[in-house]
Amino acid sequence: MKISFLLNNREIELDVPSDRRVVDLLREDLALTGTKEGCGAGECGACTILVNGKSRLSCLMLAAQLEGCSVTTIEGLSPGDALHPVQEAFIEHGAVQCGFCTPGMVIAAVDLLRRTPDPDRPAIRRGLSGNLCRCTGYQKIIDAVEDTSRRRGKGKAS
Amino acid sequence: MKNAKNGILEIGKATPRADARGKVTGAEKYAADYYGDQLLWAGVKRAGIPHARIKGMELEGARNHPGVLAVLTCRDVRGSNRQGVIRQDQPVLVDDKVRHCGDAVALVVAEDRPALAKALDLIAVEYEPLPGVFDMETALKPGAVLVHEDNAEGNVLLKGELKTGRGEAALTECDVEVTAFFEVPRQEHAYLETEGGVALLREDGTLEIVVSTQTPFRDRAEVAKALGLDLEKIRILAPYCGGAFGGKDGITVQTLLGLAALHCPGRPIKMQWRREESFLAGVKRHHGRLHYRLGAKADGTLHALDAEIYYDTGPYDHLGGAVLALGLEHAGGPYRIPHTRLRGWSVYTNNPLGGAFRGFGVPQVAAAMEQMMDMAAARLGVSPLEMRLKNAVRRGDKNPVGVTLTSSTGVHECLALLAGQELWQERETWKAAARSFRLRGVGLACVMHGMGYGPLVPDCGNAKIEITEQGVFRIFSGVVDMGQGNAATYLQIAGSILNQDGDHLELVQPDTGKALPSGSASASRTTYTFGNALIGAALALKERIVRRAAALVENSGGGEDFTMAPGALVHRPTGQLIPLPQVARILDEAERISVFTFQAPVAAERPTADQNLQLHGIPHRIFSYGAHLACVEIDELTGKVEVKHYCAVSDCGSIINPQIVEQQIQGGIAQGLGYALSEDFIVENGRMATPDLSAYIIPTAMDIPDLGTFAVELPEETGPFGLKGAGEISMDGPLPALANAVADACGVRLFRYPLTAERVLQALAEKRGEGTGP
Ligand code: FES
Ligand code: FES
Repeated sequence: MKISFLLNNREIELDVPSDRRVVDLLREDLALTGTKEGCGAGECGACTILVNGKSRLSCLMLAAQLEGCSVTTIEGLSPGDALHPVQEAFIEHGAVQCGFCTPGMVIAAVDLLRRTPDPDRPAIRRGLSGNLCRCTGYQKIIDAVEDTSRRRGKGKAS
Repeated sequence: MKNAKNGILEIGKATPRADARGKVTGAEKYAADYYGDQLLWAGVKRAGIPHARIKGMELEGARNHPGVLAVLTCRDVRGSNRQGVIRQDQPVLVDDKVRHCGDAVALVVAEDRPALAKALDLIAVEYEPLPGVFDMETALKPGAVLVHEDNAEGNVLLKGELKTGRGEAALTECDVEVTAFFEVPRQEHAYLETEGGVALLREDGTLEIVVSTQTPFRDRAEVAKALGLDLEKIRILAPYCGGAFGGKDGITVQTLLGLAALHCPGRPIKMQWRREESFLAGVKRHHGRLHYRLGAKADGTLHALDAEIYYDTGPYDHLGGAVLALGLEHAGGPYRIPHTRLRGWSVYTNNPLGGAFRGFGVPQVAAAMEQMMDMAAARLGVSPLEMRLKNAVRRGDKNPVGVTLTSSTGVHECLALLAGQELWQERETWKAAARSFRLRGVGLACVMHGMGYGPLVPDCGNAKIEITEQGVFRIFSGVVDMGQGNAATYLQIAGSILNQDGDHLELVQPDTGKALPSGSASASRTTYTFGNALIGAALALKERIVRRAAALVENSGGGEDFTMAPGALVHRPTGQLIPLPQVARILDEAERISVFTFQAPVAAERPTADQNLQLHGIPHRIFSYGAHLACVEIDELTGKVEVKHYCAVSDCGSIINPQIVEQQIQGGIAQGLGYALSEDFIVENGRMATPDLSAYIIPTAMDIPDLGTFAVELPEETGPFGLKGAGEISMDGPLPALANAVADACGVRLFRYPLTAERVLQALAEKRGEGTGP
């Protein structure tokens, strides 16, 4: 079937089987391999993308569901070479080890910060609990998200 | 790889990792991200039965299915059809019989995944089921069902005995003796990137495999032998792994992909295990059964230890023998114990495959030994801390296998730092503040971890660094980065020596066609061994560059007058700047490359004459140390254990990048907490009962508290800038620290793990004298 949607701020139209998983469509048909697959069953969060601004698991979505949506993947999180503040904070705080969970984790964090203005550490932990990371023990990820939130708060105040 | 700008890379400075940017933007390509034009897909028919002979296979349906290019069995393998690091006992595709559910019986190559899935379905295998052996006691009985009929030792893959002093006989000389039996679970790696890769047989006959692996050079040799190929014709490329932790230490998809490529030349072929397949066929931390007897004198001095260790290695060696050997060597912990008898058995069964997993046999014995210490302390009426301080090794002491510790030995420093923590100082107040129906407890553990390969297998790094014509330093990494940050550390080492920033440094991921063999990414050795080699290579290159630059400046006064700067050399007396490309261009191609070999030193003593045990790694010379402290709260009504505070002090030598060391320590603790609290890869009659991440529970962000991590930076004099291994030590502490804390909270000790709510609740009920049913 033909579907059209906004992908990283660009209109695209594709002819794909309606039951193609979104994660495959992104990775294989569109070569956007920043979105990872860790389980294919909604258990790990590695495949998280933003659909109409909300985080969704692309391994559980089918192509047809994208019709008319706005999709953001890790590649489109910030324009050009610039990084999103969450990405900057992940680098600075050492929140990245093997990095396989990272794109999904960053997207989940962006969504969390959109939903929750000023999350404390327990709220960040809850907000990211759908995203597994096997390397970090999460602490530096929480540090990064907390710091992003803090800086954003400062930015607004000034 | 270009690196983020962050000034000159310096030793000892917390520096954001050079690989973080590519990973955080999604640009970094893992093996899973390689596809290729005209891609084919390969997949495996798994046995699904733990022990059976194959009577026949119906393959025609699969072969005739549209889109299927090849259906292959052991008959299509021209080499040894065997893989394995020490004992090659694992078939690429089953020939004689199936030995566990995850065995590969057939391989299919197809145009796309739907065709592949259908073809795998169409393969019908007729089995003659054989009685299986699913527990170690049964496996060791005379007349037991044999996993390998040709193994002279029956179901024993490796057994070993180490003895010091008067051994177990000295237990009779002790004033107190404590005895216990411990059972530790299988643990699944659960790295986020499952096993996978892409292979291509090129026209010139080169077989190229891009794969998520810890061991590209060893893989090359294994693929060659198993498939009957010329080693020179195989090239393995190892991008960053999306986690590995030991589970990619050895062959996963490599031989299968190679076989597929041989039958479908000219097109790239991809294999990516599904999560369930990864759980089914991947290796696990060994399930262990441990019998301990520990004796001490009335003054608290440890006197004798008798330990009997059994590890269920499943049907193949993988690295099961070496894992047992490291367990044996560490069975007595970081203590002076003059009389020991340590015996171990690595046992074949028809259970899932045991293998390498961060800690490599040590977490199991640390779980036992550290609880024995608490039990002995309780009997003697001294605190767990005093008990450890009294017996912990110092440099110059002999460890429990009788080897003199000649390198940095910081266990006392770790304990002292830990003892000063508020968590320890104020523990009684904290415990007393528990709300009603809550129990609080505090536990300690003290651990050591050997680094490198041991005495017989040369532990070598061969570094190669090049200055390009553009004046950029390119490092050819010989050891995989599976997330531990060694690649970034290599850049930091070279940057520091050559006084360069990230813009003038590049790292090429391990590629057997370009880098030099430097061993596995394992055994806490990656930065120590390759780092040492890289120092040598970088220093030699620097000297060469400076010498040649001197020739470019009139009356330069020789090399001493030059300093390196990012992208240039500075002639200090005149301030003249010579751009690096200018120097690079006057070097010929061979001169632009510098290589250096480092071989790790080995212990001078041999605690055993058994060559086989030595081959399996006994003894080590350099150890890292750690002291861990856990504060837990238990809900008396549900039995749930919550880790409220956790703190670890580590002696990993001097630190090159504090951020990376913290990552390693925190990550290891998190895996250790999972091992202690929730992770249990359950197997029933050889079949896994925890096939996915909803049944097998690894910690989420909700389950790990903020961790206090501290380092005592005792320089290791043989280490690069004083460093020693940091990759595994923190995995060894959490289970015993938590078990000791839970025992402290409950007043009763649990001997089986993980410490699930159910087990804790039952222990509490038994303590109160209530039965738990008929
Ligand atoms: S791959 Fe989608 S949740 Fe794991
Ligand atoms: S960094 Fe490896 S899984 Fe999160």
